[in-house]
Amino acid sequence: MLEETGPEWLSEEVKTGTTIIAIEFNGGVVLGSDSRVSAGDSVVNRVMNKLSPLHDKIYCALSGSAADAQTIAEMVNYQLHVHSLEIDEDPQVRSAATLVFATLNGLLTRQPFAVGGSGSSYVYGFVDAEYRKGMNKEECQQFVVNTLSLAMNRDGSSGGVAYIVSIDEHGTEEKVILGNDLPTFFDQ
Amino acid sequence: MAAAASMMPYFAQQISSKNDLVPDWMGQEVSTGTTIMAVEYDGGVVIGADSRTTTGAYIANRVTDKLTPIHDRIFCCRSGSAADTQAIADVVTYQLGFHSIELDEPPLVETAANLFKASCYRYREELSAGILVAGWDRRKGGQVYCVPIGGMMVRQPVSIGGSGSSYIYGFMDSNYKPDLTKDQCLDLTAAALSLAMERDGSSGGVIRLASISESGVERKVILGNQLPKYSTH
Repeated sequence: MLEETGPEWLSEEVKTGTTIIAIEFNGGVVLGSDSRVSAGDSVVNRVMNKLSPLHDKIYCALSGSAADAQTIAEMVNYQLHVHSLEIDEDPQVRSAATLVFATLNGLLTRQPFAVGGSGSSYVYGFVDAEYRKGMNKEECQQFVVNTLSLAMNRDGSSGGVAYIVSIDEHGTEEKVILGNDLPTFFDQ
Repeated sequence: MAAAASMMPYFAQQISSKNDLVPDWMGQEVSTGTTIMAVEYDGGVVIGADSRTTTGAYIANRVTDKLTPIHDRIFCCRSGSAADTQAIADVVTYQLGFHSIELDEPPLVETAANLFKASCYRYREELSAGILVAGWDRRKGGQVYCVPIGGMMVRQPVSIGGSGSSYIYGFMDSNYKPDLTKDQCLDLTAAALSLAMERDGSSGGVIRLASISESGVERKVILGNQLPKYSTH
């Protein structure tokens, strides 16, 4: 404490504190994320889109170290592009997932929905209770927005706006929901 | 049994815990890993807790009662170190009982909460205790006071605590509304605890519930196979 080490955020790695969520519905998927990037106590970007395209109809949601996550997303985007030229058709989502998991040396598992990032802890109970099979696209979008809003209210490292991406056979739709338009709950 | 128990950690330290012959739980403090919850309603409070006490990875007690009576209409929900919370609860029970006799009146819930706060704050460096104080008194009806680690005290209409509570903040924020009835509170508490027990390794067992009002205390147990089920995969 006697040394002058300067503010934390000068030396801390930039992290996407984050809440991310992805959910399958019959005919497509919906992904969602918050937009806060923090370096220590400082928010260095309050409007970052953490939903990164890997291909036209394949997206990934980033959490953890911002630099590492962005780099992996860009690498896989390039590799997937080359791969799709080689096979002369659109790549499978599974191929994209395998490229990411191989780069990360991690776990690959398919699930009907998944949540991640520091804010996800606070909403496990909510998603376990509220998720139902057979939701349509609009219900999924509402579910994602509600989940993000709850997590952003409780997790100091998540906040800002909500980005939603909906992908189905007709195309990809990106949406932003600003802070004051997010759902509110009993104590707000 | 107490003498034998106090010798075990000594041996465990002598035989290094890195040695495979000494199980992990012999060197670990007993902790109520836990999920606890308390909700106010018009006329009383509902409190609930899981029933798991762990020493490291071993479940020392799978039917623990973490809802501890402090006075006729005042309970506390304990989380953190089992020893610390039991000791604090015993001290406060004595202090409150004495105070109530002096007053010749049932004590206030706020008084009990302040007594918890006094102990938890004064000894904050040595203690590891997160406590919810809940009960009913004639002056303010049903009240819930939260005394987390560090020793602050705040009244809240609904409060959750323990390691499992992280997972149900979202559920609680979205499902709690003011002016719930007693049965709605009981259902909400059972559902929330069930969800937390499903996700938190340090919480589990049975759900213990109690409702406290002017007419008294009603206790209930929900066994493992009767828990509300949430299957998502």
